[in-house]
Amino acid sequence: MITHDYLITAAEGLHARPATNLIRLAKKYKSATSLKKGEKTVKLNSMLNILSLALKGGDTVTLIVEGEDETEAAAAIETFFKEELKNL
Amino acid sequence: MKGIGASPGIAIGKAVVVEKKRPRLTGVTLQSEAEVKREVLRFEQAVTSAVAEVEAVMDTLVAHDGPTEVLEIQIELLQDEQIITDVVEKITSEHVTATDAVMEVIAAAVTTLHNLDDAYLRERAADVEEAGNRILMELDPTLKPSELIVSENTILIGEDITPMDILSVDIAKVIGLVTRTGGKTSHAAIVAKARGIPAVVGCGDALASVRGGDVVIVDGSEGMLVVNPTTEILNEYTAKKKAFTTQASALNALKDIVAVTTDGVRVKLMANISNAADLEASFAFGAEGSGLLRTELLFMGRNTLPTEEEQFEFYKNVALQAGGKPVVVRTLDIGGDKPLPYLHLPAEQNPFLGYRAIRICLDRKDIFITQLRAILRASVFGDLKIMFPMISNVSEIEQAKAILEDVKTALRSASTPYNAAIEVGIMIEIPSAAVMADLLAREVDFFSIGTNDLCQYTLAVDRMNEQVKHLYDPFNPGVLRLIQNVIEQGNKFHHHTGMCGEMAGDVTATLLLLGMGLREFSMSAASIPYVKDLILNTSITAAQEICRTVMAMRSTPEIIQYLQAVTKR
Repeated sequence: MITHDYLITAAEGLHARPATNLIRLAKKYKSATSLKKGEKTVKLNSMLNILSLALKGGDTVTLIVEGEDETEAAAAIETFFKEELKNL
Repeated sequence: MKGIGASPGIAIGKAVVVEKKRPRLTGVTLQSEAEVKREVLRFEQAVTSAVAEVEAVMDTLVAHDGPTEVLEIQIELLQDEQIITDVVEKITSEHVTATDAVMEVIAAAVTTLHNLDDAYLRERAADVEEAGNRILMELDPTLKPSELIVSENTILIGEDITPMDILSVDIAKVIGLVTRTGGKTSHAAIVAKARGIPAVVGCGDALASVRGGDVVIVDGSEGMLVVNPTTEILNEYTAKKKAFTTQASALNALKDIVAVTTDGVRVKLMANISNAADLEASFAFGAEGSGLLRTELLFMGRNTLPTEEEQFEFYKNVALQAGGKPVVVRTLDIGGDKPLPYLHLPAEQNPFLGYRAIRICLDRKDIFITQLRAILRASVFGDLKIMFPMISNVSEIEQAKAILEDVKTALRSASTPYNAAIEVGIMIEIPSAAVMADLLAREVDFFSIGTNDLCQYTLAVDRMNEQVKHLYDPFNPGVLRLIQNVIEQGNKFHHHTGMCGEMAGDVTATLLLLGMGLREFSMSAASIPYVKDLILNTSITAAQEICRTVMAMRSTPEIIQYLQAVTKR
């Protein structure tokens, strides 16, 4: 299992459009992926789930990846949070 | 009343209110495992149909170069794994109907989002609700809006105006659209822009006070709505409306002028349409017929294939409306990315490279023959031409033409009249077809270049894919060479070669295409005056020089910069 904390730097948080991209990205891998904010953990397979976390700029979110291709999945999602999220 | 101006202009008319039927809980308890299984299946099918419908709308949006983001979010929500899991779980464990399960799951999701302290997320609740409603309508078609009775000068007012609403009214009589919800990219906004009528969206709850029959002023430029205005205000807006029309008509003044270059070369400007009403609207912009009649609308928003009679009526109306002007009828261009749920086409890894358009028609000959019979029978009412989409080789043309001949023979032996000299053409949208245009030209009467797909296939770019869509570029020198080849070969064989992709309506490309030898442009009607203005002010010699210069250039930015400069001049 890989876990990693990310600080949401995009001012508007994680909106529907980047959420769509994130879900599509996560679906490419076999590993189970989830996001955790505070006490709440949701599966990364649903727009509704991500929206319900209400992530805002400045929030910290924990990514949890578990499965056979977890290294690749975590790396891809890392790129998403660190680079793509800013450009979306 | 204030809303968001979604399509400019001013309309003054009578309100017709679109009532939405609210779904109700059925309260039924499922009695057996078989019933549970059936409800789960019904739910899954409803999701598939709902997705297909949104994708169909998205497709028209892409054709109009509109933003598709909102609809992509709809698709994502319709396929949301959490929602799907919750609904299936509810049906199986609580033995409730699919309708009840969807209503409860969506209501819970909407409440969750509403309770979050974030304006953006509260708006998304509306998206979730809309996704839910789409599924509910698929589950219970009686929830779909019923037919509206509209008279001349109708202003359509509703919660949201959906594609289904539009299909159920005589849209030609609608002069304005107003909605309670939605933004600039809502269905209402798209439809209004395509038809050139004013629209105000997102008016909020205040709209509930408008009654059917009220006199309404829609100011789509300012995003204003006035209900039952005083004489003073009415006069003010009548003057405003006149001013707007005068401005718009500066370009409309070109409507009845034929497009001829300064050195006397005649160019035909036509409109891309989906039905007879579009044709009427396009004549107002000076269209000389239609270079593309999409027939997909006939097949969408229903549960079975349209019959030959239904199709015949549709083509006949178009032919009559055209009043002798040419209309190019494209045979069914569906499948893969825009499926028809009732055809039960399997999902594909690569829909754009898959089972679609002519490939389906040559396989499902029953569908193809019915459509060809209907077109041929309607061909005596005007100048219809037949066009096959997605041609990649000579054999497909031969097969399609052989079937067409069989249909003609059958009609002849039944003494059914049809235009024996009907022209047959193909879309050039696959690179192989563009490269061997010289070979294909011998087989058909005309070409029509579909730049959207041609560009996508040539550059190997899915322009719906956020990560690569920046590579989608019709001015790529490789794409331009293919287009040039098609036009040259078509002209060599004395064909009329047309273009019906977006590029045909892009003023940046007009002079270049003219220089390549293109003489038929088919586009969204609203672009015609702009393209015509350019043609009237240039000579073919100048356009050819521009073409030579561009074809020597190596990069898109260079080409576009140059074309924009010469276009302004």
